[in-house]
Amino acid sequence: MSGYSTAKKNYDKKLDLTKLKPYGDTLNDGRVQLSFTLPVKNCEKSTEAAKALAAKMGLKETVVASVKPLDDDFTFYVLYGSVDAGIDYTAIDAPSAVSKAMSMKETDECIKRDIGRKIVVVGASTGTDAHTVGIDAIMNMKGYAGHYGLERYEMIEAHNMGAQVANIDMIRYALEKKADVLLVSQTVTQKDIHIQNLTQLVEMAEAEGIREDVLLICGGARISHRLAKELGYDAGFGSGKFADDVATYIVKEMAKRKSARRRSK
Amino acid sequence: MESKLNIDKNKVKSCRRDASKIASKVQKFIDIHSTTAVERTLCRLFGVDGIDEYDVPLPNIVVEALADNNLLGSGAADFFARSILHTKMTPQEIAESIAEYKFEFDALPQFSEDKKKEVLQKETAKALERIKKRTAQREVYLKEFGEKQGPLLYVIVATGDIREDAVQAVAAAKQGADVIAVIRTTGQSLLDYVPYGETHEGFGGTYATQENFRIMREALDEAGREEGRYIRLCNYCSGLCMPEIAVMGAFERLDMMLNDALYGILFRNINMKRTLIDQYFSRIINAYAGVIINTGEDNYLTTSDAYEQAHTVLASQFINEQLAKKAGLKESQMGLGHAFEMSPQLKDSFVYELAQAQMAREIFPDAPLKYMPPTKHKTGDIFMANVQDALFNMVTKVTGQRIHLLGMLTEAIHTPFMSDRALSIQNAQYIFNAMDSLGDEITFKKDGKMANRADEVLGKAEKLLDKIEKKGLFASLSEGVFADIKRGETEGRGLEGVFKKNKDYVNPFMDRMKKELEERP
Repeated sequence: MSGYSTAKKNYDKKLDLTKLKPYGDTLNDGRVQLSFTLPVKNCEKSTEAAKALAAKMGLKETVVASVKPLDDDFTFYVLYGSVDAGIDYTAIDAPSAVSKAMSMKETDECIKRDIGRKIVVVGASTGTDAHTVGIDAIMNMKGYAGHYGLERYEMIEAHNMGAQVANIDMIRYALEKKADVLLVSQTVTQKDIHIQNLTQLVEMAEAEGIREDVLLICGGARISHRLAKELGYDAGFGSGKFADDVATYIVKEMAKRKSARRRSK
Repeated sequence: MESKLNIDKNKVKSCRRDASKIASKVQKFIDIHSTTAVERTLCRLFGVDGIDEYDVPLPNIVVEALADNNLLGSGAADFFARSILHTKMTPQEIAESIAEYKFEFDALPQFSEDKKKEVLQKETAKALERIKKRTAQREVYLKEFGEKQGPLLYVIVATGDIREDAVQAVAAAKQGADVIAVIRTTGQSLLDYVPYGETHEGFGGTYATQENFRIMREALDEAGREEGRYIRLCNYCSGLCMPEIAVMGAFERLDMMLNDALYGILFRNINMKRTLIDQYFSRIINAYAGVIINTGEDNYLTTSDAYEQAHTVLASQFINEQLAKKAGLKESQMGLGHAFEMSPQLKDSFVYELAQAQMAREIFPDAPLKYMPPTKHKTGDIFMANVQDALFNMVTKVTGQRIHLLGMLTEAIHTPFMSDRALSIQNAQYIFNAMDSLGDEITFKKDGKMANRADEVLGKAEKLLDKIEKKGLFASLSEGVFADIKRGETEGRGLEGVFKKNKDYVNPFMDRMKKELEERP
């Protein structure tokens, strides 16, 4: 493929955060990679179509790096191109539940000092979701990728209900254990069923009259803090977040609420 | 086969001895019990099929009616024998009249043993003939196309729509896949009935129904004829309908079935008594239909640490082997599961994975081992995932695993795209070709890291089996021996479907299958 070009390109050498662009090998070159399958036969026409589609997506100087027929009527393309549009980075608003996670020891000390008792956390992968990886990564003793799970915290009493837990069962169990925190995981979902399921839990917690007494937290690859807030949760944790992030949030938020209650008395 | 790892044969023998004792104890319990799922399976073997106006399957209606009329203890076979003799109707007609509340249970007379036996013999022969005729076609294809040597490339489809699944499956077959597994919709394992007919909606997978089995079988047969290869079809014979799915698979010539009670107990919270009884009959049916079963030990390592808990996988494989033997499965039908799930951060993880895979190969030399790809330590970084899968592919090739579940670079992101599957197949084919003879060429260092690792895992498995043998499997599971998950004997779904057989209980289908299996070479 003719991907190599010796033509000199004149990119703006300065990083302008109001016009942020992808970085390939030169500032502001806007290079991106892209792959997709078209449900048509592999021929010159379909390669041209792939390129045209990339142009419609706003890519310029497109190179079709690889073409691979998958079946008679399906063809896979890998493309590179340049994005012209830039984004105003200074105007982006992406809230995060925790700015800096504390260590397990710090969190335990914080709980002792600010809460004065063990925090009870009930976690589950709810609805039809059969995956326990998410909730296990946060809760299990061993944790994930070197981050110990909540079970390991001295000052956290963690109950992991596992997968495919009905929302109502989770609420009942939380009442029984006098939970301070409900932790819900949604791993693999299809057709956005996780949204309905997450919303239902909030509604049930409200119906049971416990919504104000607990922290509702959800997590999963497709969850962001913003989405969680929109759904009525107190916080949300997406991929790349670990037990220490969750624990830090829990203790800080509980301490904040505790002192707010004290002030209002 | 000469051991490359210098495996201690005495330890292996001791493991088998304990596992056999564990299985025998469980079997004693199984033999005196039946379940609603087993009885529904008998209905299906009698030819009962279809649903009522509320979509309730007729086998469920019949078995519920038997329970209501206090007839369940003697079993569905006894009931059908009597009602056929009494009404001269077919089992399907009898089931329909029950569904329409027309069947008069009070008027059902008793008949002599001989008369009932005669009817049952006829019905049994009919059902088994149906299965044999259907599964014989597999042998015809394998004879015509020949059997593939080396690892079978196994991929999943999971669109939720069986017609879309068929398109994806055919594409995958043409790219080189040998086994197509249709992932079931989330939660089907917890349904106490099997849905009916062709389906187009599912979550994370597609409903297992007999009609969906038939549609996919037809599509794969056609693709196979075009490619000159036999494409195997796999589904999930697990959950609350284990034996029913087995019989539906036998009717539609499925080739492979996930079929593991321990998996259901641990990961689906299905009651252990229920599912072990169900498993026994389902495995007999699978044995009879020439199906390769896959066991789910690999899943232990998704919740437990793959390095520390490797011995639990091996111990469970020994138990599954013995339970499978009791159901008449041959070694060649035992796709015992294990997995490549160690953390990429662990130093020498590849060396240990290689050692363990070689160990499994040597301990179960005739079993078509099912080897699962890395999933737990995939993060969504597709480029890294492709490398992880490459290492996994190497282990399979070098150690001769048979059922090779292809890793997906988009694991942890979405159910595979058509292109994900193609890239994965390309990865495996490159490595299998490039390393074709490597396994034969290399030997491992005596007393090296690999030999020592295998010995360590085997030794720990031996100790664990000894412990389970002393406590019994039920009690051990309630203590969390596998996957760090504890399940109580009376906990979990489906216990209400378990019942003790009456003295006059009969299951002529099972008896006949067992007898024929014993007579097979």
